[in-house]
Amino acid sequence: MNQLLFFAELQDRVGKERIDIDLEGKTVQQVKEYVEDTYELHKAKEAMIAINEEFASRDTLIKKGDVVAFIPPVSGG
Amino acid sequence: MSESCYITQKPIIIQDVVDRVVRPEAGAVNTFIGTVREFTKGKQTLYLEYQAYESMAVKKMEEICTEIKRRWPDAEPSIAHRVGRLEITDVAVVIAVSTPHRAESYEASRYAIERMKEIVPIWKKEHWHDGAKWIGDQKERQPGVPAKEDIQ
Repeated sequence: MNQLLFFAELQDRVGKERIDIDLEGKTVQQVKEYVEDTYELHKAKEAMIAINEEFASRDTLIKKGDVVAFIPPVSGG
Repeated sequence: MSESCYITQKPIIIQDVVDRVVRPEAGAVNTFIGTVREFTKGKQTLYLEYQAYESMAVKKMEEICTEIKRRWPDAEPSIAHRVGRLEITDVAVVIAVSTPHRAESYEASRYAIERMKEIVPIWKKEHWHDGAKWIGDQKERQPGVPAKEDIQ
């Protein structure tokens, strides 16, 4: 199993901050497409993905237990 | 020794951040204070709401401090960011950098705030009279694609 985390606008749109889902074997790009389709989230495309709190490239494979977070463009400071 | 980077729900005590970098070797302490602005491009903000992916955000703030020490080996940085509801003029972020001489403290402080806006997962939502919006894209190079050097 994996945890899928959403923040800011994506969290508002999905309506949840966390979803438990099996993403093992998928690439980052596939997870993005899945979320985009499932939640009709065009903005998912603009988000960066962090796996276990580190930014990941689009071809990175999700492993069992990985925490996958959608990081929309940040605006701290 | 207290942590050099932290996120808090409570008002940031500026002196507390400064105290984390004050030391005998330093001849300069540069302090940057980011506050909540009322008007952005003519539009009035009533208040802001900040959200963080806290564990990752602290990690990324610490990474920025490591980058600073690599670029300015004699610098000692500290960064604090507040989350939750902030009113106009409230302090959202404080960056303090101490260095032996002043030039490096300015440069490192500027570097820290620019990097904050690139890699630290913190977001603000502007609340107006007629609605609210999560703000993004203040400094995006290519949306959705992390810079090569930011992937570990």
